[in-house]
Amino acid sequence: MSDYSITHLRELEAEAIYVIREVAAQFEKPALLFSGGKDSIIMYYLARKAFWPQVVPFPCLHIDTGHNFQETLDFRDKLMDDTGGRCIVRLVQDSIDSGKVVEETGINASRNLLQTVTLLDALEELKFDAALGGGRRDEEKARAKERFFSHRDEFGQWDPKNQRPELWNIFNGKKHMGEHFRVFPISNWTEMDVWQYIYLEEIPIPNLYYTHKREVFLRDGNWLAKAPFMELKDTETLETKDVRCRTIGDISCTGLTLSTANSLEDIIQEVAATRTTERGGRSDDKRSEAAMEDRKKEGYF
Amino acid sequence: MSTDNNPAPGYLDMELLRFTTAGSVDDGKSTLIGRLLYDSKAIFEDQMEALELASKHRGEEHVNLALLTDGLRAEREQGITIDVAYRYFATPKRKFIIADTPGHVQYTRNMVTGASTANLALILIDARQGVLEQTIRHAYIASLLGIPHIAICVNKMDLVDYKEEVYNDIIAKFETIRAKLNLKDVQFIPISALKGDNVVDASTNMPWFTGSPLLELLETIDITTDADFDNKRFPVQFVIRPLRDEYHDYRGYAGRIAGGVFRPGDKVTVLPKGIRTTIETVDTMTGSLDYAFPPQSVTLRLSEDIDISRGDMIVGEDNLPKISQEIDLMVCWLNEKSMVLGGKYTIRHTTAELRCVIREVKFKMDINTLEENTKDKNVGLNEIARISIKTTKPIFYDSYVDNHISGSVSIIDEATNNTVGAGMII
Repeated sequence: MSDYSITHLRELEAEAIYVIREVAAQFEKPALLFSGGKDSIIMYYLARKAFWPQVVPFPCLHIDTGHNFQETLDFRDKLMDDTGGRCIVRLVQDSIDSGKVVEETGINASRNLLQTVTLLDALEELKFDAALGGGRRDEEKARAKERFFSHRDEFGQWDPKNQRPELWNIFNGKKHMGEHFRVFPISNWTEMDVWQYIYLEEIPIPNLYYTHKREVFLRDGNWLAKAPFMELKDTETLETKDVRCRTIGDISCTGLTLSTANSLEDIIQEVAATRTTERGGRSDDKRSEAAMEDRKKEGYF
Repeated sequence: MSTDNNPAPGYLDMELLRFTTAGSVDDGKSTLIGRLLYDSKAIFEDQMEALELASKHRGEEHVNLALLTDGLRAEREQGITIDVAYRYFATPKRKFIIADTPGHVQYTRNMVTGASTANLALILIDARQGVLEQTIRHAYIASLLGIPHIAICVNKMDLVDYKEEVYNDIIAKFETIRAKLNLKDVQFIPISALKGDNVVDASTNMPWFTGSPLLELLETIDITTDADFDNKRFPVQFVIRPLRDEYHDYRGYAGRIAGGVFRPGDKVTVLPKGIRTTIETVDTMTGSLDYAFPPQSVTLRLSEDIDISRGDMIVGEDNLPKISQEIDLMVCWLNEKSMVLGGKYTIRHTTAELRCVIREVKFKMDINTLEENTKDKNVGLNEIARISIKTTKPIFYDSYVDNHISGSVSIIDEATNNTVGAGMII
């Protein structure tokens, strides 16, 4: 490689930092959507890099379904403490208590869909005009066509047929009152890129990503974790297994991977060898072929 | 950090190649992309299952790889691609981003969008049909957008008995068009996407072809010289002011390098004020750098405390870009509402935002015949024209052919805030 060549991870990093800085420059009140998962951890890390030595000039926003792994919440709080960051938390439980949403019932009940309402309410309440997210185009078909700067109408909806053209590295965040943007700086990263970047930069991640023993049960081919709000069918039994999370989402829909990977090296090897996509373990995407497209139109990330 | 025990050797040293494809379903583009993804193991089992299921639903006998790229339900229902779809795959040598765009004339805006960041354009020609209007259109857009490398794949060679004459005739025909265009590096490859000839492995059916198969070309084509490393261009994106005890007096200018190499000690000029100063340090959170170059995102500190804001540009001391309020550009119109001659628009140029008025339409380009039309002044959706604009304040720019970042503008409708035009400065 010549003196002026750049590796693909550094190019993706430069692109993401550029997009994050554009958000800080073009919007009055941005927020970084933080879930405690690796993509949002990377996003926060890149935001710190974008503005160093200034602290990140916007807060994080965590929409807490109430069905998170405790480790995720502990990790979030410590990360904010260590870096001088600020994280605003809004609870799906509050949306349920106020009657804005009705909790799903039954065996496959999940609060994943309800998050959208809490998120849109939070954006409105806190007057955020741009929400940065860790969505990646390799995750799902509908995401493959999303812009870096994704325009949302007053109702937070995405219109896939009417997206703004996005050329070169010119991003257009102009909007009318009440409208807002979702912005995806790591659009061009793949799952492998994320892991390699964590490895390259030695970014701390929650221990849930490494192997641990946990009580789990098998449903529709996915291993799900035992939790107080998870109802088991008669045919399902709890077993203790060596598992790790491939994604960290709502416990009710996050499939765990049987794995003994206890280092980043092991995880990367596993990702390299794996034959299913990350979201393949997420039952929320399996509800229909266009599940993600429908949720996005309604205002989901 | 040591890379010695990296479990995926080479991954940390890979380069990124962005390429664009344009074409219709018939010319085998989806099959070709499907093959590249499949052979590089970028298609996962659950995606394959979903594809099989979706193909069955549509009553198709074989797995339809086109469904992999036709992501939105609206598109699947209509059997069309309405947007640019991005696909990713990697080989042990490179990581690839494909901007996959539909090839019909009504999707010119998508092709232009996909082409704007590409290192390479992959153009497919059906060996049975030869050079068509569509081929000319794709080649013109690649030329207009200044894509550094073009790979012309003459596809479906299996259906013309792998005949060298057919391939040679197509190349000869293409060369006559090329004379009218500004294409730098053009490579030709005879392939069969369906049978796999010259896609990943060299074809045994065409021993007369001595060049590289497509994947090898994508893996080895030299992209390190695509950027401008000679002329310093640093559009200031954000001013870093920590305002905390530890970095009380720190003042840095954050941005992404658009051209040239920046080193501590370099003499620079800050536009528009024309103030001369020196680079003090090139900073990142993980340490200061000895030098930085495109497309890195860094923060520059200058030896003097001067008033600089977003939209300003730091350039080489005696290496100024052009500065003017009247510029000519090639524009591709992206909106259903035609361009208004004499109308006012907002434009974005690097990190600056200003206003302009459209003063003149010099000619419209017929992208199927490459003829200039000086009579018709109405520039509508998907049309390409040469126009003159006047801006409210001077912009500092380079010709698009010299620098894609300092030479491009986007045009924004002030009523709808939509991006309606893409301009390449002449």
